[in-house]
Amino acid sequence: MSRRPGFVLEVDKSTPPTLFWNGEGITLEALPEGSRVVYAPEPMKAIEDPYRAIRHALAHPVGDRDPLPALLRPGMKLTICFDDVSLPLPPMEAPDVRQMVVETVLDMAAEAGVDDVMLIAALALHRRMTEEELRHALGDRVYDAFAPHGLLTQHDAEDPDNLLFIGETDQGEEVEINKRAATSDLLVYVNINLVSMDGGHKSVATGLASYRSLRHHHNPQTMRHSKSFMDQPSSELHSSNWRMGRLIAESGVKIFQIETTLNNDTFPSNFQFLQKREWEWGVRDRATYAATAAALSKTPPRLARQVFHSIRSPHALTSVQAGEVEAVHAVTTSNVWAQQGVDVDGQTDILTMGLPYICPYNVNSIMNPILVACLGLGYFFNMYRGRPLVREGGVVIMRHPTRPEFHPGHHPSYIDFYEQVLTQTVDPAQMHKEFEESFATDPWYVHLYRTGHAYHGVHPFYMWYWCTHALQHLGRVIVVGGDPKAVRRLGFSPASSLDDALEIASDVVGPSPTLTHMHNPPIFMSDVH
Amino acid sequence: MSTLLFERSLPRFAAARVVSSFGSGRGAGVGPLRLVERDAPDVPAEGWVHVDPVLSGICGSDLATLDGRSSRYFEDIVSFPFVPGHEVVGTLADDAAGADGVALAAGTRVVLQPVLGCAARGIEPPCPACRAGNVGNCGYLAFGHIRPGLQTGFCADTGGGWSSTGLVAHSSQLYAVPEGLSDADAVTVEPVACAVHAVLGAPIAEGDVVAVLGAGTLGLLVTAALSHLSAEGRCPSPSTILVGARYTHQQRLARELGCTEALPPDQLARAVRRLSRSLSFGGPSGVAATLSGGADVVIDCVGSPESIAQSLAMVRPRGTVSLVGMPGKVTVDLAPLWHREVRLAGAYAYGTERDGDTDGRTSTFALALEVAAAQRTGRLVSATYPLTRFEDAVAHAGAAGRRGAVKIAFDVGKGTAR
Repeated sequence: MSRRPGFVLEVDKSTPPTLFWNGEGITLEALPEGSRVVYAPEPMKAIEDPYRAIRHALAHPVGDRDPLPALLRPGMKLTICFDDVSLPLPPMEAPDVRQMVVETVLDMAAEAGVDDVMLIAALALHRRMTEEELRHALGDRVYDAFAPHGLLTQHDAEDPDNLLFIGETDQGEEVEINKRAATSDLLVYVNINLVSMDGGHKSVATGLASYRSLRHHHNPQTMRHSKSFMDQPSSELHSSNWRMGRLIAESGVKIFQIETTLNNDTFPSNFQFLQKREWEWGVRDRATYAATAAALSKTPPRLARQVFHSIRSPHALTSVQAGEVEAVHAVTTSNVWAQQGVDVDGQTDILTMGLPYICPYNVNSIMNPILVACLGLGYFFNMYRGRPLVREGGVVIMRHPTRPEFHPGHHPSYIDFYEQVLTQTVDPAQMHKEFEESFATDPWYVHLYRTGHAYHGVHPFYMWYWCTHALQHLGRVIVVGGDPKAVRRLGFSPASSLDDALEIASDVVGPSPTLTHMHNPPIFMSDVH
Repeated sequence: MSTLLFERSLPRFAAARVVSSFGSGRGAGVGPLRLVERDAPDVPAEGWVHVDPVLSGICGSDLATLDGRSSRYFEDIVSFPFVPGHEVVGTLADDAAGADGVALAAGTRVVLQPVLGCAARGIEPPCPACRAGNVGNCGYLAFGHIRPGLQTGFCADTGGGWSSTGLVAHSSQLYAVPEGLSDADAVTVEPVACAVHAVLGAPIAEGDVVAVLGAGTLGLLVTAALSHLSAEGRCPSPSTILVGARYTHQQRLARELGCTEALPPDQLARAVRRLSRSLSFGGPSGVAATLSGGADVVIDCVGSPESIAQSLAMVRPRGTVSLVGMPGKVTVDLAPLWHREVRLAGAYAYGTERDGDTDGRTSTFALALEVAAAQRTGRLVSATYPLTRFEDAVAHAGAAGRRGAVKIAFDVGKGTAR
């Protein structure tokens, strides 16, 4: 049976209630007649033999790059960098695609007699991965061969001895990246391109950069001009990364880019109803929903969180391409859109979304209020090409408990950001000016980032900047079911039910607004005409 | 004419202690405090005068006494039965001399400096502390021609502010209330004096970070005194005054009174850490952990084991923790104090203070009257009660923070509730 594309449903009297994620819970909501529900395309067919496809891609690069085996020689310095724990979501069933690619690259390196090989997790300012997470990403064989010898490391953006200043772009952007990667004869970067934002020059220019470098594009000004950052040609975030990436290439750093795309088969078989269209739910799906929703409503959030974070996604490889960065990324972007693109006619007054338990920055962790804002307004809002799904001055209604809970080990500076910064301003430009530097250079946050498993001190600012475009575009943001104090702290309006939220929204969009619901995840990208 | 009398009664002490375990102030009805008909005390000697209270506050130490939680340390410097009430604004029943020697006519509004030091006790020569002007440290509180009592309101011979029949005060205790200072402002002058003494006694240097823990009456008045006196050049100006305040009305008042930032107590250590750019050990989030640096001075206006431990955790090495809130018997790990060479200093009552950079000394109460006028500290008086409703009043005071209040006082003069 052929795969069905994405779909826009118009709600009528016969439409069953629509599934909304609600953090570590799920619920059904009856949407007003005439509302639209956007569903993701069905999963693309998986590549049957991923190892074979990977070998083929490495041997048949795109763009101006020799096949990988031809680039490998004895005595050379080879560095393999890979995306960190933030991808994919949820973490995929073993073997992770990074493991398959890295194993293949290492096999080729061994065949070529390359001895000096180093693996680096490209963290940027994310938290360091745990041993368990590294083993999951790379497999036990790779981990055990490299980690005990200090050959599996994690990028440290605060280690002055292991950073190299490359230079400045023609826009004055300082470029400083991991020294080992920059001084290698070949830098192989292994991507998982879950969304179209990932990959390209962003891989090295962001993943291996320091704060000194990152601040040039992770700021409110850049984010305001990234419409959206899921659409590279319209994204100033990407323009900056592209300038940096080209400077890195001009400086002599030789990059062999490997990008992979996954299908959107997001949930394992016992949760398959989560990615089905509700009117197609069978008896078993309805029973599973009822049992799951009832159980979750009685489960303490902490336990529910553990259950959800143990989910391993059946994501499967749909494409792999390798070679020169820009040529590779063009193919990848096309493949991502093939899986995720949905045509939507026209914008909406109100955009609703149910936010799930996970975003890129709380894998095995807690979705704190700042990450709630980031997931809704940073990610979901920006999943478009052309025009946002919601009109300028419109309303976003998100559903999430938005508890003021934080993981103290992973997000220490988020706690201070919530207590010190958000109590004074929610304006990205103002917080950038008044608070960013003190958080970015705070020695305690630096210590925790370097030695613990903490996100960098500046990271909560970046998450808030991610929302800049949405904050500027929207007339109001409403959170249904969220902790009222926390929601207000974010500058949003709390509502106890969807009906209440629609009532509140009517102040902004009038009494008869159009409404569109993002049935997400599985994730999709809207092509708004 | 009525008086609230506190009698020595072990069963009533025990009952108050049990009931107050359900909430401070709840034990007033079963405790040793009773409403009685009683005449004013006789003046014990020359230099004493009758004072008719107008307003008399309920202080944290009063609550501790009524709750049966007060330290046994005070047993020998208290005499029973006594009439509580040491925060007093009243009027003179007769002509008298004030503490500064100026003649005061009958009817003059006065506030009471309640410590019963050597002058009030007729002791000559006075103890070294009183001779130096530090009446709060008087060593002869159990001696002289009146019975033991550290202050008016804890002495069987003087009466106290919680009485409509009046009390007796020595001229060394009397300070005239300036025109323009309301009764509400005036009834706070005694705790303002405590705050002034604590601020001027703490080794605060120019540009220091000062953390104030607690935002009840004392915490707020310490904030008021520190911001006013530093602005007036009477003491060095800290760069930052952080206040740990549990309730939103306390946070609002702390900001109004001049703090840099007011935030919930569980966020105070993190704010101090951020400000001092310290590292933290013992907890990744900086909560309940010890800071590598910290505040230069922490003023603990709570006095509980938890607040003392928190103060020690967030003061810098060789910094000072000033204990203004009255502690009792507490269990605290002093290892950080020893290891980091922290000074833990008490700050009690008043006397005279060094005035700015001069060599001269000024009465703490004179400074307190100035602070009360400038900061309008009467805004902290949230409610007044007649003596007949003493159970309600004490319960309100015991739950002041939770009930959106700060200072509760008896309206002794009018006998009506506000």
